[in-house]
Amino acid sequence: MNKTDDYAIELHRIVKRFPGVIANDGIDLKVRRGEIHCLLGENGAGKTTLMRILFGLYQPDEGEIILNNQKIQITSPKVALQNRIGMIHQHFRLVSTLSVEENIILGLDEGTGPFTNFRRVREKISLISSQYGLSIDPQAKIWQLAVGQQQQVEILKALYREVEILIMDEPTSVLTPQEVEKLFITLRSLVNNGLTIIFITHKLEEVMKVSDRVTVLRKGKVVITVSTKDTDKATLARLMVGREVIFRFKKNPLQKKDKILEIKDLHVLNDRGLPALRGVSFDLFGGEILGIAGVSGNGQNELAEVLTGLRKVWKGLIYFTNQDITHCSSRKINKLKVAHIPAERIRRGIVVTLSISENLILNKYFYLPFSRGEFLNYKAIEENAQAMISEYQILTPHHKAPVRILSGGNIQKIILARELSKDPGLIVAVHPTYGLDIGATEQVRQILLAQRERGAGILLISEDLEEIISLSDRILVMFNGETMGILEEENADLEKIGLMMAGSKYPGEKI
Amino acid sequence: MTSSKGLEFKIEERSGVSQGRILCISVLAILFALVIAGLFFQLFGVSALKAYRLIFSGSLGSSFGLAETLRRAIPLLLCGVGLTIAFRALFWNIGAEGQLLIGAVAATGIALFSEIPAPLLLPAMFLGGFIGGALWGLIPAVLKATLGVNEVITTLMMNYMSIYLVEWLIHGPWKGPSARGFAYSETFPPSAWLPTISGTRIHWPTLFLGLILSVLMYILILYTKSGLEIRIMGENPEAARYAGINSLKVTLLVMFISGGLAGLAGVGEIAGIHQRLLGPTHISMGYGYTAVIVAWLARRNPLAVIFTSLFFGLLITGGDVIKVSLGLPSQLINVFNGLILFFLIGSEFFLHYRISLLSRR
Amino acid sequence: MGWENWIITTFSRSLAYGTPLLLGTLGEIYAERSGVLNLGVEGMMIMGAYSAFTTTYLTKNPWLGMLVAGIIGGIFSLIHAFTSITLKANQIVSGLSLTMLGLGLSGVLGRGWEGKPLASTIPKVTIIPLSHLPLLGPILFQEQNLIVYFTIISVPLLWYILFRTRIGITIRAVGENPATADSMGINVSRVRYICVLLGGILAGISGGYLSVVYRPAWTEGMTAGMGWIVIALTIFAFWNPVNGMLGAFLFAALYHLSFRLQPYISPELLKAMPYAMAIIVLIFVSRGTLQKRIGAPAALSLPYTRGED
Repeated sequence: MNKTDDYAIELHRIVKRFPGVIANDGIDLKVRRGEIHCLLGENGAGKTTLMRILFGLYQPDEGEIILNNQKIQITSPKVALQNRIGMIHQHFRLVSTLSVEENIILGLDEGTGPFTNFRRVREKISLISSQYGLSIDPQAKIWQLAVGQQQQVEILKALYREVEILIMDEPTSVLTPQEVEKLFITLRSLVNNGLTIIFITHKLEEVMKVSDRVTVLRKGKVVITVSTKDTDKATLARLMVGREVIFRFKKNPLQKKDKILEIKDLHVLNDRGLPALRGVSFDLFGGEILGIAGVSGNGQNELAEVLTGLRKVWKGLIYFTNQDITHCSSRKINKLKVAHIPAERIRRGIVVTLSISENLILNKYFYLPFSRGEFLNYKAIEENAQAMISEYQILTPHHKAPVRILSGGNIQKIILARELSKDPGLIVAVHPTYGLDIGATEQVRQILLAQRERGAGILLISEDLEEIISLSDRILVMFNGETMGILEEENADLEKIGLMMAGSKYPGEKI
Repeated sequence: MTSSKGLEFKIEERSGVSQGRILCISVLAILFALVIAGLFFQLFGVSALKAYRLIFSGSLGSSFGLAETLRRAIPLLLCGVGLTIAFRALFWNIGAEGQLLIGAVAATGIALFSEIPAPLLLPAMFLGGFIGGALWGLIPAVLKATLGVNEVITTLMMNYMSIYLVEWLIHGPWKGPSARGFAYSETFPPSAWLPTISGTRIHWPTLFLGLILSVLMYILILYTKSGLEIRIMGENPEAARYAGINSLKVTLLVMFISGGLAGLAGVGEIAGIHQRLLGPTHISMGYGYTAVIVAWLARRNPLAVIFTSLFFGLLITGGDVIKVSLGLPSQLINVFNGLILFFLIGSEFFLHYRISLLSRR
Repeated sequence: MGWENWIITTFSRSLAYGTPLLLGTLGEIYAERSGVLNLGVEGMMIMGAYSAFTTTYLTKNPWLGMLVAGIIGGIFSLIHAFTSITLKANQIVSGLSLTMLGLGLSGVLGRGWEGKPLASTIPKVTIIPLSHLPLLGPILFQEQNLIVYFTIISVPLLWYILFRTRIGITIRAVGENPATADSMGINVSRVRYICVLLGGILAGISGGYLSVVYRPAWTEGMTAGMGWIVIALTIFAFWNPVNGMLGAFLFAALYHLSFRLQPYISPELLKAMPYAMAIIVLIFVSRGTLQKRIGAPAALSLPYTRGED
């Protein structure tokens, strides 16, 4: 066997169908042993589906998997692990109330009956940790660990099971730039010890930095498989999307208007009763986009909730157009024309079993003409729906249809239509393009820019640094509930922001 | 996926479900339950076919049977409509039984001890019963809304408490002349008796109330602001918060209605059938629990409760018939109820998922 | 002397009444730890009571009666498991329907058994060397029945299994985050089935204890809502077997002590005490939970489907 043809795993003509869509349409993939192979594509290209098939979470409708020259059926994650294939998901599969070692041995048969020899477990963990340069306290509970450390636990889990092929699904989406560097070093160490890594991503920067070869997927098909050194970002981007991609947004120059939001020394508690915001202060002006950067979990969600009346303020003040809204209810704030584009759109922003028309008035039903006294005016509600659907080009069979059947992009458009139709002075947008495909993402961003033109002040909270950098006029970085600094657009670069995201305060900038 | 004999089943989620299918599955579920119950009849040495024929002929075949069916349906209708509202907000009110009893207690108190003049007595009793039931239901509501206390347990516990309250009243402060070892209160004055359709025990004012309220609640849940708020809270409490809906207000509202309607049922039973306060199991032999199934079968649609309450009225009456003529025990109705409810929720699987056969390659 | 007697009586009565509560609670803790809410406990208990009574009466063997009670409880719980886990139906309503079924069935089948005397019951033992200990001796080691010992011994055992063994880690993972457990190769359904089954068996035995040991007799509806109190106690115990034991016996003690109020409160209202107490217990627990956010297994009462993200 030719050395360069030593494939760790081969996927032949994999087909996977879901109701209404073909997620994988005859995919061929060959991963060489000992390489870092990136799977690149935008949301919905089929990368995660393919890897879920490899890990046994889905069964392919057609096609076969070949491991060590043998056709195998991976019918469950257990079987995958038996074949030394491991997967680290985008959302970690860790039980937060259990400890590190408990999570690591979860599902393992240690061979000593029901009783576990924890000393032996700890020894093995310690061995692996030192071999690969990881360091975690085995008895710590998962909820006590930082996100980067939790990811290390995931890696330890896989190594403990002696996997040879490790699949990682968007592993950097929750890490700071520094943590990303550390991860890449760890990956190189794994590969040097003989592992094969398949890395799902939509970030070109990472592909160029860490992979040996890359396969581009688009709409369920393989576009190309190529050695990383033989290509570049622009080419990959074009292949990924099928058309030229604009990296930076064409934005009109900033026309800053009056100050609309003043936050003074805000202290807020999170769900566990621990401080989430520790003395946050900043101002927001009409006509600007203030991007809030930071790794998820550093207080951004709580900030959004406090501004929209969904969370109590512990200490501090919030002024909206010179009105004290610190302790106002969400309905009052809504009536003051503050728009909230929520983070979890399905969980929070809509009710899937209600119709589109009803969702379009979810927080407006108490206004005329939608209701007269106690009674709802369905005629007005339906008229409103038709107007919104055409204005925002929401694709739907009928406005009375339940929201459940719509795609992510259309759901987000419903939320935008509803929130923006009140001509808001302040827009709090949290992860507005999360999970949307490129077409929908562009539309949402254009809508936000148009609102900026209109003179609204926009607070943009996002984990997508590229999005923040390209849309924001100013960028505020949060870490551990505090503001690390505010950068003007000209000064914004990845390194400064990364440092702040990881905890260094940026000197000199007035907040 | 499950495999059997070379065939593979694929289970996938449905995207939507039609009314026709819902009806079909519900009917099938009931049929299944009746078949299994039929097996029990066989256990007692009675032919299932004979038993069912008796049930249907007894409850529908004679004018007396029809009257009894209707009479049994009245409390089921009122409690059931109330429960559809509670269930729409995902408030698991298992306490209709207790709210019914408290309504009866309130009505008794007003009938026996108030100085309200005769023409206003019955309306006052209905009002009192509604408020009594509503208050009894508001307690678990407050506990859930403010402290997150599980409402299944609290409503159930309060059922037991109401039973003992009634027992205490008829053995203690409201003790009337007893007969044959059973305790009851004094009989109501005639102005506190609900009129019935002659020759039957159908206390038609309560029936009327039930029908009107069924329509009103239907309008409430689908065409009013409060109804929309209830639906949003039930379908997605997170979104309800986001929309600024006051969850405390909604919870209190649904239980005010649900408890109140059950209270009305209690007034009807006490003023329409018994005309005095009796032992709790004589007032209601599980109407509050049966109403849970009535509401569930009606898919939480207040109008549909009219039909489902009639159906269960039929079952209860039929159960009485076979109890008398075939000597079968009265608890059988609980077996019916349990089986029907069980098959109903089991059958919902088929509403949400589709099973298809894949042939092995 | 009076004090001593009072303590001894209170504690022994608490043991007696608390044992069925504890048995039911231990089983429900395991079921809920795996993520399944079992509201059918009342139905399983009463069916256990009925089957234990009739079996013991017919075979004169109380051990066989308890065994049958456990089996019947187990069968009922398997039905609940099937509906809740495999058919992914609403667990609250499924449990309720089984309780109705259990109450109805036991009422139907139990007709004619009321008033029959039970001659044979679980034998009592006296552990001679220990029975002379002050206070503890008379309470625990004199004329105490074996079921009580069995129950108390199973508490540390069940605690150890849940918190210090691989099996316990598996169960807790399944109840906290079934998607994770599934991706680690654990058969979520199987774990849940087993835990629900355990819950049903213990509920059945608990009912059997009531009709064969506590008050050897059969009456329709004799569990009188004890199953619901078990559910409340499970929450009170924060899903921990040791707390469960403390809670069950504490509750039993309070229940026993409430009879001291007999001169002041009428018997009917007194009978309402346990139910009022259960509500008060829940209020206190809920206030604590709000503060500390320690709570139920995160996946409790949520059906699990693979692939739902």
